Amino acid sequence: MDGEELTEQETALYDRQIRVWGADAQRRLSKSHILVCGMKGTVAEFCKNIVLAGVGSLTLMDDRVVTEEAWSANFLIPPDENVYGGKTIAEVCCDSLKDFNPMVRVSVEKGDLSSLDGEFYDKFDVVVKLINEKCRKLSKRVAFYTVDCRDSCGEIFVDLQNHKYSKEAISVPWRALPRKASKLYFALRGVFEEAEGRSPGEISIADLPAVLKLKKELCEANALNASHVTDSLLERLIIGTREFPPVCAVVGGILGQEVIKAISCKGEPLKNFFFFDVMDGKGVVEDVSNPKKESK
Amino acid sequence: MVSERQLEAIKIDMDTIEVSNLNRQFLFRQSHVGQSKAKVARDAVLKFRPQMSITAHHANVKDPKFNVEFFKQFNVVLNGLDNLDARRHVNRLCLAADVPLVESGTTGFLGQVTVHVKGKTECYECQPKPAPKTYPVCTITSTPSKFVHCIVWAKDLLFAKLFGDKNQENDLNVRSSDASSSAHAEDVFVRRKDEDIDQYGRRIYDHVFGYNIEVASSNEETWKNRNRPKPIYSADVMPENLTEQNGNVAKNCVVDTSSVSAMASLGLKNPQDTWTLLESSRIFLEALKLFFAKREKEIGNLSFDKDDQLAVEFVTAAANIRAASFGISLHSLFEAKGIAGNIVHAVATTNAIIAGLIVIEAIKVLLKDTDKYRMTYCLEHITKKMLLMPVEPYEPNKSCYVCSETPLSLEINTSRSKLRDFVEKIVKAKLGINFPLIMHGSNLLYEVGDDLDEVEVANYAANLEKVLSQLPSPVTNGTMLTVEDLQQELTCNINIKHREEFDEEKEPDGMLLSGWTQAPPAKDDKQSMNDKQSIGNGGDSSNALQTEPADAVKDGEMEEISEPSGKKRKLSEGSKASILDATDGTRNHKEVEKLDDDDDDDDDVVMFDDLDSMTNKKKRLQ
Repeated sequence: MDGEELTEQETALYDRQIRVWGADAQRRLSKSHILVCGMKGTVAEFCKNIVLAGVGSLTLMDDRVVTEEAWSANFLIPPDENVYGGKTIAEVCCDSLKDFNPMVRVSVEKGDLSSLDGEFYDKFDVVVKLINEKCRKLSKRVAFYTVDCRDSCGEIFVDLQNHKYSKEAISVPWRALPRKASKLYFALRGVFEEAEGRSPGEISIADLPAVLKLKKELCEANALNASHVTDSLLERLIIGTREFPPVCAVVGGILGQEVIKAISCKGEPLKNFFFFDVMDGKGVVEDVSNPKKESK
Repeated sequence: MVSERQLEAIKIDMDTIEVSNLNRQFLFRQSHVGQSKAKVARDAVLKFRPQMSITAHHANVKDPKFNVEFFKQFNVVLNGLDNLDARRHVNRLCLAADVPLVESGTTGFLGQVTVHVKGKTECYECQPKPAPKTYPVCTITSTPSKFVHCIVWAKDLLFAKLFGDKNQENDLNVRSSDASSSAHAEDVFVRRKDEDIDQYGRRIYDHVFGYNIEVASSNEETWKNRNRPKPIYSADVMPENLTEQNGNVAKNCVVDTSSVSAMASLGLKNPQDTWTLLESSRIFLEALKLFFAKREKEIGNLSFDKDDQLAVEFVTAAANIRAASFGISLHSLFEAKGIAGNIVHAVATTNAIIAGLIVIEAIKVLLKDTDKYRMTYCLEHITKKMLLMPVEPYEPNKSCYVCSETPLSLEINTSRSKLRDFVEKIVKAKLGINFPLIMHGSNLLYEVGDDLDEVEVANYAANLEKVLSQLPSPVTNGTMLTVEDLQQELTCNINIKHREEFDEEKEPDGMLLSGWTQAPPAKDDKQSMNDKQSIGNGGDSSNALQTEPADAVKDGEMEEISEPSGKKRKLSEGSKASILDATDGTRNHKEVEKLDDDDDDDDDVVMFDDLDSMTNKKKRLQ
């Protein structure tokens, strides 16, 4: 796998995709190392995509035990207790993923992102995590992706330079943000959770009235028409915690493409926020990076 | 009612699994190579959704058993096909059965999902689809200017001549104007009894790359405005005795044909390398040798298969030598294989995105959420800030002969054109009706079927050879012909207009069909205008003088991704469809998934989900 030329086996297996991105890109892929934290449905889809693409290695982190919610949206977990009993989500997914492409090294790492040090991160080219994972600053060369799917929506946040979970991005002045509810939602949620001292993503239906109140206040304070942020969207996003499998497939696909682009250095990476909503069917890209921010 | 719903699916696919599928068709594993796609897919899905009922058919969706009655069982049909012919076929059956169809396709990073509901939206054929690419015969046999022309020559002419059915007509020597030399030419390609294989190889080489080129070169008219090709003789390229150079072709060792390779024999390992003229020539001779040494039994029956390594090597080598002759750049085996095999490039991510979108549309259909149907385009580059662009479906095209049954017009010389011409060039090639019934009023002029008696068959055969105005029920100016396909339940009326003359260049078929537009094929050089007939990449050589058979060239399943034309009206907002429930409201609702590949390209996999929880979710949100 690490020779300069692709092996005969690789050429045969990857023929159709080599015709898309070329042999050089394929070689780069085969030398790349990906770290993934939080194996929800979308992330499972993403893992499937990059394993099929032929990355060098994939490391999974998710110590949670398997529940019905887990296997209902994660096709890597068979609904069979004989198979998943006693194992963590990461372990079950690892077994399934190895099957997809024996040429990729898939492994499990216990613990969570916040407990890891810089040396550990340095081994990776790409890190993919869920919104509710906190992590420390990583080395500069690592590409960093945050993903979340809830209900009929999904989002991807791309960060190829700055590696903090980007509270900074959402503290951009509202007037500077494009007028899209999704961004405002993100902002709103971040602000709300900041205020309440909770982890990102831990919001639930009980919080809805408070969120709506907050939205009204913030809109007034920033002289923004409140109707830009539709209550129904906020409601959907707060209430619906479960993933919708077709959305997982779509977002996992887009994320897969982005990571492949970053590793292979082929194609323009999206900058820097992608949002998909089944209700309007649009897959939108927004730039929410803070123009005043300096890259670190 | 929602909670009682059972999910049933039927899956149809005629294809078996190949290694090159595995980079994206993730329900399959290495150990499944060679097995039926429909069956393996079914087993794989059952592993993560054991409560589903899935029936797998290892069959061609065009099989008559999948008739209108069959289609009527379903609430929705999902297509993951890779050729235009099958798509049109399913489209017609869905219209006849009044079942919504979710169509889709991908190529590389591009993809789209479209929804088709009879009477409410355009059908799949309302917007003309690009015709598969064809090349003029003369370009292939005499004046190639692109590498693809050399490939078509190498594959459909030379390879077919040497290894294919000897009884097939072949244009390989069409440039020989002298009749006697044609007869002589017949013998040239056959290996003489006890002829030494190396000698035979060089003889063939010299004939097609040397002698034939010299003959062609002598025609002044052809080369007035073009660069003359250079004849190439083996002695000039490879002066040494070959048997000393090449690898071992031990006659007595039993070799698995799939591993027989000229490249391996000559130590050329990398399929991405572009061979030189010398290397191509060596491969040419070595491949020829290997066919005779190891695969003699197959000679005379072989057709080109892109997964046949030796065939691909031979074709690449031959195309390269011809290219060298005509000053066209040579290509690697990898590239040549893609062209010769009409390979569609494909990745897992685009397929995953499109699969997700298919399911989203399918759920809308099942929930009869008519206003929400969308055509969704997956773009390679961000356009108007979008990577996924939804568009509302358009209303049916009133002049679509498939779903609106608008009559067409045909200009034709009724005293000169035969019924056979009409059937081949219009009915089959343009209308996609392969099992037609042709009537003039109540008179049956032609039909196909298993239940015809000898007299009828003879009658129809005789009719084919008659010119239109001489048919038992004469077809002249003003006649209305009715063409039907019983399986597709399609009826098409054609008004005949007699016309004396046709432009040989612009209307080579001698007919003009209007009232329905077929989109022109992708742009080719000007030469295509100057030649009477065309040859397709992939058509067998017996059809060399006609447009290629419908399934020969795999369509790229990509209509233009540029914005759909704005000239048709969109489905108006707020119009609720009163769709009659095709089922009788029983508890079992079925869905159909079709994966019918003539080739391995782009099998879309649709992931079924537990419909109950989906619909429950939706209800909660309202």
